[in-house]
Formats: sequence, structure tokens, C-alpha cells
Amino acid sequence: MSEAPWHSRARRIFVVPAFAWLAATVALPLALVAAISLGEATQGAPPFDWSFTFSNYAIVLGDALYVEAFAASVRIAGTSTAICLLIGYPMALAIARARPERRLWLLFLVVLPCWTSFLIRVYAWMGILRPTGYINSALQALGLVEEPLGLIANAFAVHLGIVYAYLPFMVLPLYATIERIDAALVEAAHDLGAPPARAFWRVTFPLSLPGAVAGSLLVFIPASGEFVIPDLLGGPDTQMIGRILWLEFFQNRDWPVACAIATALAALLAGPILLFDRYRARGT
Amino acid sequence: MRGARTWTWVPAALAAGFVFLYLPIVLLVVFSFNESRLVTVWAGFSTRWYGELLSNGRMLDAAGLSLSVAAVAATLSAVFGSLAGYAMGRFGRFRLRTLFALLLLAPMVLPEVILGLSMLMTFTTLDRLIGWPAERGFLVIAFAHATYGTAFVAVIVEARLRGLDPALEEAALDLGAGPVRAFVRVVLPLLLPAVVAGWLLAFTLSLDDLVVASFVSGPGATTLPMLVYSSVRLGLSPQINALATILVIVVTLLALLGSRQGRKAA
Repeated sequence: MSEAPWHSRARRIFVVPAFAWLAATVALPLALVAAISLGEATQGAPPFDWSFTFSNYAIVLGDALYVEAFAASVRIAGTSTAICLLIGYPMALAIARARPERRLWLLFLVVLPCWTSFLIRVYAWMGILRPTGYINSALQALGLVEEPLGLIANAFAVHLGIVYAYLPFMVLPLYATIERIDAALVEAAHDLGAPPARAFWRVTFPLSLPGAVAGSLLVFIPASGEFVIPDLLGGPDTQMIGRILWLEFFQNRDWPVACAIATALAALLAGPILLFDRYRARGT
Repeated sequence: MRGARTWTWVPAALAAGFVFLYLPIVLLVVFSFNESRLVTVWAGFSTRWYGELLSNGRMLDAAGLSLSVAAVAATLSAVFGSLAGYAMGRFGRFRLRTLFALLLLAPMVLPEVILGLSMLMTFTTLDRLIGWPAERGFLVIAFAHATYGTAFVAVIVEARLRGLDPALEEAALDLGAGPVRAFVRVVLPLLLPAVVAGWLLAFTLSLDDLVVASFVSGPGATTLPMLVYSSVRLGLSPQINALATILVIVVTLLALLGSRQGRKAA
């Protein structure tokens, strides 16, 4: 695109207000969290004073509860991301290879649940998994189990909830990448005698990796800070950091420690976010 | 990708994926018409929970608050998201563009607990400095939701701009229109489907938000998801099933509308 002279004036008119808005609503709030993470908790309202102490980080990094919650979040989000990839890849592949006029509809069906309330979708799984839920009622009615199975309040339910809620975020970038792969490349592999499996693993799969990375990051990043799913489907062995932050804020009312957790979590996610930004730029 | 041969189990995996995605929602809807108070035990068809839901004053108040918050948040998002999307899509490499892009990306991917906490810290600091907002209600929640709504609108608008020929604006400018006039008269009408799709997305995101609203809202301002959450924590409730069914229907219609606008935009 050529740089016409009007650009400098137009730029000021459009870029400046947008930048000001983003600075005020994104940059400033995040900077304040970092600043308050160095503050001291008080009994006042709001319950903190400005300061310059690293004692909140000493608390967060020195207490096994927080460290274990960070580790559990990375572990649970990582495993769920891998499961999303295993389920989402064939779905994306099937949509990319469907007839063109069907693809939009299939994509729409993948995205539609995302438009439905997140909370409601997690609630739906509570009805399915709990001791008196659909699965346990059915199993008991069939006489397959005596006691209800413990399907909820554990790591299984949290993984299931995350996979269910974030699966569309895996399918979309994967589909976009697979759909763009030049069909001639795959046909060439077929013409040269490669069976479908070989053509897939040697041509389609390697070319789809950027989509797989983008989708994985799009699942991993928000899932690692998830609150609703571990809160409603999890139990004592699934203390994820998003829920610990919530409790620190709403129950302990320790704002500086909550801000220190948030800053540490943001720092942990900075790498994946920057990586996603690069893959996104490459994809477009 | 046409012409590529594939395994026969791949379409079957897609079908299984759809069953996984939709079965929980179908169960929710079916059991909203259940006579029994025990949500998971079928005891005959009934619409009583819809009646109880619609006479539940707290639920209606919360729904009213959520709808008006969502309307304001979506409108703010549409305005600033269009500006930001236009800046991203048309101005090539301006100074600090990398930072600009990151500030747009951050609210889309950062965990909601971080966003919610950061918005509350901003409002309490503002309150300390200038005495506003002393009571955090309607407007505060709408502002907080607009921060990430903006990012989603910007992405949709930017994608639409990529399909528009910049020569159109340049022609308007050559004919003597100023940049603002060229934008309003030439670009905006062409962007409109994208802006509408973005508005609908921002509206839905706001309507759905529990975490950010819980952080920023003061006592007395309870949105619908906050009320649903506190009720769900106590266990299953057939009224929530009825509410879920209504939401599923409304949101499906909005999504159909949004995707039609989106397709016009594509």
C-alpha cells in the first residue's frame, strides 16, 4: 500500500483516539496491577497502600500453595490443550475437506456453542457428571454400578470442562491453515504414488503446524487462568491459580497479593502470548 | 482443499465432535421442560419453571441490568473497535504499532481474572484521585466490558478492511474529501456489516461475562451471570435450565444474524 501524504493527518485522527483508549483501558490497568503488587495490604478501603516492597512476591513464590497452584494450572491447561488438539484436528480436517458450500455451515456449528453462555455450558456438565446426574442415574438404572461414580469435583471433570469449552478455539485456526494448503501439493503426492496416509503425514500435516501452534496457544493461554471451570467442576486436587487469585481477592481481601499473583501469571503467559502474536502475523 | 483423499473415519470424528459439543446443551434444554424439581429425573412435560423464572423479580432485574450493560458496552466497543481496526488495517507501519497490536491482543487472550482485577484497580485508583466512581454500578461494568469488546470488534473490522480496495478512500480524498469525511461517507458504509457483526459479538460477550463483572461491580449491582453463578453454586435448579434454554434460543438467533452480517462482510 502506498503512503499517500493524507496519511499523516488521517493517522492522527484515527490512531490517536484508538491508542488513547487502549492506553487507558488496557495498558494503564495492567500497569496499576503491577504497581499495587508492590504495595502493602491495610485495613482501609481500598485495602492497600502504595509502597515499594517485594514481600508479596516473597509470599507468592515462597508458599507451596501458590507454587503448586501455578504448576497445577500449567499441567492441567497443557494436558487439556493436547486433548483439544487430538479431538480438534480431525474435526478441522473434515471441515476443510467438506464440500465448499457446506464448510461455512460446519464452521458455524463449531462456533455456535461459544456464543452460548460459558457459565451455562459448564452448568450443563454439572448436571451430567454429578452423583445424581444423567450418567450415574443411567448406570445405576442399568445395574452397572452400585454406588455413583465420582465423576465431578476432580481433575477428570476439570479437563473435560476445559476441552469442552475451548475446543472451538482449537478448530478455527487449524481449519484456516488446512483450508489454505495448496490442493495441488497434496494431489502431486497422490500422483507420485503416495497413499493417503503418507500424503497426509508428509504434506498436509507439516503445513498445518502453524495452525496447530496458534490453536494450542489460544486454548492454553486462557485455560491456564481459568476460574469458572475449576470452581464448579474441580475439587481439592485441582487448585488452579485463577481460582486462588479469586479467593485471595474475595475471601482474604489481600489486594497486593492478588495483584502479585496476577502479575506473575501475566509474566508466565507473556511468552506464549508473544509467540501467538507471531503465528497470527504469519497466518494472515 | 478439494480433491484430497482422506480417511473415512475423519468425517465420523467430526460427527462425534458435534455430538460432544451439542449433547450437553440438548440435555439442558430438554430437562428445562421437566415437571420435577429434581433436574436430572424426568417426571413429565411442564412449563412451570418458565413461569417461575418470569415471575422471579431478582432474575428479571439482573437480566435488565445485563442487557443495558451489554448494549452500552457493545456500542462503545463498536466505536473504538472500528477506529482501532481501521488504524491497524490502513496505516501500514505507524510508530508503536507493535505495542498497539499487543494492547489489542492482550484483552482477548489474558485470563479474565487478570482483566477483572486490573479494571477494579483502575476504578478504585480513579475514585481515590477524583472521587469517581464512588459507586460501581451500571456504567463501570459497561466500561470494563468495552475494553475487551473493542479488541474483538477491531479484529473483525480489520479483516473486512483487508478485502476492501484502499483506492476507494484514496479516490474520495483525491476528490477533495477530508479523511474524516472519506471515512464516514465511503469506508464506514462498506464496513457496516463488520461493525454490526462486531457489535453483536461484543454484546454477547458482555451478556456472558461473570468474572470481570464480579470484580468491578459494587454492592447492589448484580448482573445475570453473577446471579446464575451464585444460584448454580448451591446446586442445580430447574429455573436455571429454563433460563439457559431462553439464552440458547436468543443467542442462536443473534449468531445467525451476526454470521449473515459477517458473510456479507467476507
